[in-house]
Amino acid sequence: MDKFTRLTAAACPLMVENLNTDQILPARFLKWPRSQGLGQALLRDMRFDAEDREAVDFPLNRPEWRKAHILVGARNFGCGSSREAAVYALYDYGIRCVIAPSFGDIFAGNAVQNGLLAAIVSDDDAEVIAAALIHAPTLPLTIDLEQQTILCGNRTYTFAIDPVRRLRLLNGWDDLDLTQSYAADIAAFKTKDGIRRPWAALPRATAPRPSKE
Amino acid sequence: MQATESRSAERTLFDKLWTAHEIVRRDDGDCLLFVDRHYVHEGSFHAFNRLAERSATVAEPGLTFGVADHYVPTRGSRSAIANPEVARMVRQLADNTARHGIRLFGLDDPRQGIVHVVGPEQGLTLPGLLIVCGDSHTSTHGALGAFAFGIGASEVAHVLTTQTIWQRKPKRMRIAVNGSPGPGIAAKDIALSIIARIGADGATGHAIEFAGTAIRALSVEGRLTLCNMSIEAGARCGLVAPDATTFAYLKGRPFAPQGADFDRAVEDWSGFASDAGATFDSEVQIDAADIAPIVTWGTSPEDALPIDARVPDPAQEPDEARARYLREALDYMGIAPGKRLADIAVDRVFIGSCTNSRIEDLRAAAAVLAGRVSKVPGLVSPGSSLVKQQAEAEGLDRIFRDAGLEWAESGCSMCVGINGDLVGAGERCASTTNRNFRGRQGPGARTHLMSPAMVAAAAVSGHLADVRPLIAGRKA
Repeated sequence: MDKFTRLTAAACPLMVENLNTDQILPARFLKWPRSQGLGQALLRDMRFDAEDREAVDFPLNRPEWRKAHILVGARNFGCGSSREAAVYALYDYGIRCVIAPSFGDIFAGNAVQNGLLAAIVSDDDAEVIAAALIHAPTLPLTIDLEQQTILCGNRTYTFAIDPVRRLRLLNGWDDLDLTQSYAADIAAFKTKDGIRRPWAALPRATAPRPSKE
Repeated sequence: MQATESRSAERTLFDKLWTAHEIVRRDDGDCLLFVDRHYVHEGSFHAFNRLAERSATVAEPGLTFGVADHYVPTRGSRSAIANPEVARMVRQLADNTARHGIRLFGLDDPRQGIVHVVGPEQGLTLPGLLIVCGDSHTSTHGALGAFAFGIGASEVAHVLTTQTIWQRKPKRMRIAVNGSPGPGIAAKDIALSIIARIGADGATGHAIEFAGTAIRALSVEGRLTLCNMSIEAGARCGLVAPDATTFAYLKGRPFAPQGADFDRAVEDWSGFASDAGATFDSEVQIDAADIAPIVTWGTSPEDALPIDARVPDPAQEPDEARARYLREALDYMGIAPGKRLADIAVDRVFIGSCTNSRIEDLRAAAAVLAGRVSKVPGLVSPGSSLVKQQAEAEGLDRIFRDAGLEWAESGCSMCVGINGDLVGAGERCASTTNRNFRGRQGPGARTHLMSPAMVAAAAVSGHLADVRPLIAGRKA
């Protein structure tokens, strides 16, 4: 996983409340393997109309924001379906950070697994940052994860992120490596648990049949 | 977001479930939890690909269960699927589960169905378990007193490889619903009322425990509907403490403990309840008598109002951002500002999905439809092949067919828009599903969420309608 430390880049305001993962990655692209290029499917039905023409008014289609690496969103960004491919689509399009007042719980978890920063700011700060970008579309934002700050013009805003998630992003840690260092604890838990919660095991009679030839 | 430890010794149901699964608690608050059941479906292919890249194996194939549901066709041949892409998705799950020795409830299995219907129905879902699945509606299983939540593909790969998951402890929220709901009020009405009140992010970062006399009075099917919808309020999970209703439901289920083992389990399970003095990070009180049949009008489940209300008028909304939101939602939905909900004509109806496709849901819809004819086309997809069998034994399929609705096979069907069951662009559907998101039931589709009985009422009326006059004097 790529580390995230500091980023200075163009930022696109996308102030849509409850922007769910069905919007971020429409369901018909869920069959695609990531190698097929999920970036082109990002926000497909908002970026393009029913005839597959670019929606001229859509912020990400504006020349200043087309290559944005940062999105500024409204409350409950990424709510809904657990589809991690919504994060793949954002990342593969080029987005490295989403700033919003709140995020869908599963989305925020998926983001950190893929090196995408979900930065939480107050409702007011999100509105003010978005307004500044609309006023000066080429204004870059600087995100500093170490300091948990967003530099917008000559103003600095702070953002919140779970401290564990922050460390994982800063170091590019992979969960699996961490877990494997606890192999002995897992084994010990399982031994004790079998006695403590015998009902959690499946009845013996339900053991899987031998797989078909 | 880290919850503070209760100062007293009294613990909530959620605290007890959490502690029972904690393998490691790091100083930074991150906990490694043991996973008792892991459900996978066709969409889990990203995670299996991840395993293949690492040449990794599945740690506990015996605790992992595959269910074909998201992509399966509900009409036409299921042994020779016509759409090659859909066929590939279903085959891919069969290949991945076979490769790793994972039991699959596939299309050739009489127990196939929607994963969140099959788990409880088979007794795989039990009180006190930690259950995960790469699907946000995994919150459903909390209805039986399990800590169950949806995860993403990376976490699915992690669980497959280690049978564990890293979590930060969420805060605890109690939603108490007391009193008696009026006739015609279903668990779906309770769920939508809660979401309308607290918002689609009202429970973000929280584990919800549903409590109170109205929850106790719900059947397991009703509790499953309620916990299913807790993700639509943003919750990490929904929970109902297991009780006599739960135990009666589970007794004799194929994968539940049997005989004396069951009795011993019930003793343990009875301890999974919040202690009398346990404190919650937030509390919500709802009077069941205040709940009316409710429908959504917009593009988020929080956009829900009682059926006798009018949709909002953005011109009356002082907050500019809110007015813009209302305008855009009404514009997508094709509804004039201030229109009476009961005047909104529908083009079709759908009864199904992990929210409302269990036998009780089908009975509730059939009770309204019996002897009546639907004014619009519609589809009924039972939650599992076993639910389908039971419904047919009870003659419910005849009622649906006689009303002019299509009786289909089991699957996620018209809730997800990926298996061939679609609502057309611009079409309006009264639906028992869980999400009225733009394009959820198909590009351009307009969805109104409501209970099965309310969908039946919309079907026979041709427009959104109050079910109560239609069931007055009828046997529910």
